Amino acid sequence: MMDKVYLDNAATTRVDSEVLKAMEPYFTKDFGNMASLHSCGREAEHAVEKARRDISKKVNGKDHKLVFTSGGTESNNFTLKGVAFANRDKGKHIITTKIEHECILNAAKWLEKQGFDVTYLPVNKEGFVELDVFSDAIRKDTVLASIIHANNEIGTIEPIRELGKIAHDHNVLLHTDACQSFTKVPIDLKKDNIDLMTINSPKIHGPKGAGGLFIRQGVKMEPLLHGGGQEFGYRSGTVNVSGIVGFAKAVDIMKDKHLKHMEKIRDMLIDGATDIPESWLNGPRGKDRLANNAHFSFRHIEGESLIVHLDLKGIAASTGSACSSKSLEPSHVLMAIGLQPEDAHGSIRFSVGKENTKEEIEYTLRSLHEAVETLRKMSPLK
Amino acid sequence: MGLGYTEKVMEHFKSPHNMGEIKNPDGVGKVGNPVCGDVMKIYIKVRRYKGKEVIGDIKFQTYGCVSAIATTSMMTKLAKGKDLDAALKISRNDVANALGGLPPIKMHCSHLATEALEAAIKDYRKTGKKKAK
Ligand SMILES: Cc1ncc(COP(=O)(O)O)c(C=O)c1O
Repeated sequence: MMDKVYLDNAATTRVDSEVLKAMEPYFTKDFGNMASLHSCGREAEHAVEKARRDISKKVNGKDHKLVFTSGGTESNNFTLKGVAFANRDKGKHIITTKIEHECILNAAKWLEKQGFDVTYLPVNKEGFVELDVFSDAIRKDTVLASIIHANNEIGTIEPIRELGKIAHDHNVLLHTDACQSFTKVPIDLKKDNIDLMTINSPKIHGPKGAGGLFIRQGVKMEPLLHGGGQEFGYRSGTVNVSGIVGFAKAVDIMKDKHLKHMEKIRDMLIDGATDIPESWLNGPRGKDRLANNAHFSFRHIEGESLIVHLDLKGIAASTGSACSSKSLEPSHVLMAIGLQPEDAHGSIRFSVGKENTKEEIEYTLRSLHEAVETLRKMSPLK
Repeated sequence: MGLGYTEKVMEHFKSPHNMGEIKNPDGVGKVGNPVCGDVMKIYIKVRRYKGKEVIGDIKFQTYGCVSAIATTSMMTKLAKGKDLDAALKISRNDVANALGGLPPIKMHCSHLATEALEAAIKDYRKTGKKKAK
């Protein structure tokens, strides 16, 4: 048995040792408050402004302000609520999709209760938003479209540039949640027609509690957090200097070779797992799939049991089965791509990271074959 | 793993008791629905012992989560050797307690397990009685 095989990198990642090293001085030496005037605060401010520049450069963010936040949930809530309330005079309609992360969906539902109107776009079998479905949903009073860049469950990368073009042709703002794709998919905020973009540090070997929102200059936003006016007045509260420095370091050390490696072991997983009878890959293959995501359904077995079997062998993965959720509902993403509930229950997500080895994947595939066989022997469904 | 299962639940999940099928059973009970994520099937063989009808053998097949598998396993363990009336008295709490408790959201699994046994006994009383020796 292998020690521990961590294949849940879409949930969160290990903080890289280089990231940790970069952060350390900001806990103990340059711990000052950015807002203070003394030199201890200056050092902190320099570090944060450098991080802001470095991260912005990665996505051609010249026309955007990067506002640091506590993570994906905050950036997405800030976007939906901030844009909706600041642009009420223009319209009360928001478009999003059925495959967003819960923080978008639940913020949108809350806005509906406040009198806003939300359309949840369907997706096709591979999880893509279709362009004409999007343009047909746009109304005169639509102010914002929020479309996930790469889906966290099934790894589908949406055609954001084309979607953004449609949004702009109709004078609608485009937000994209890039928590999963940032640093894994090339992004050019200008060319990709993105007005607002959510990014997140703990998905890329950075620290938890750090994230950001790119906001195009001129976009009207209400802040979510009112207070001392930090982060250009968009996000009050003492700035998380160490977290931001760590986030920037994590962005800096993500290299092409890591992506190539992840794609290679992802495809090993895909080939090996779909060898199992009555199993399939969810989401697309090839370049429209996130480099680190492999998501499968296995007929006649249930995901939680499969996850726990693998956990007993030291392998960490995740499932969209109802039995593993607090609501006892199968994953909304799997329902949106048209899976039957009984097939959604038998689903599992592996998300690889740069640290995973070929040997780990081979061990995982052997364990997966065994676990599926054991559970199928136990199952009355044939 | 943050699922809140007891050691006893994990034991029964890892090495379930009485898992499998009985050829020519005296009664079969099947409950649940794949759409909801649990299906349990119970097979029983009934013997006469000191004038009573006793569960001589019992086997189960379960599609479902960890607690669905563990509760059916525990239920078969509690039922084996009991006379039918006593077996029918096994409650969902008996099963859950024997496992050291279940997370509240999983309590329906122990309910399903006892329902499956009831269904198997009913099936036996309806159709299997003549066959039993
Ligand atoms: C696509 C997506 N959006 C938003 C989030 C929420 O991020 P966080 O939990 O860091 O707030 C996640 C992380 O699970 C995600 O994958």
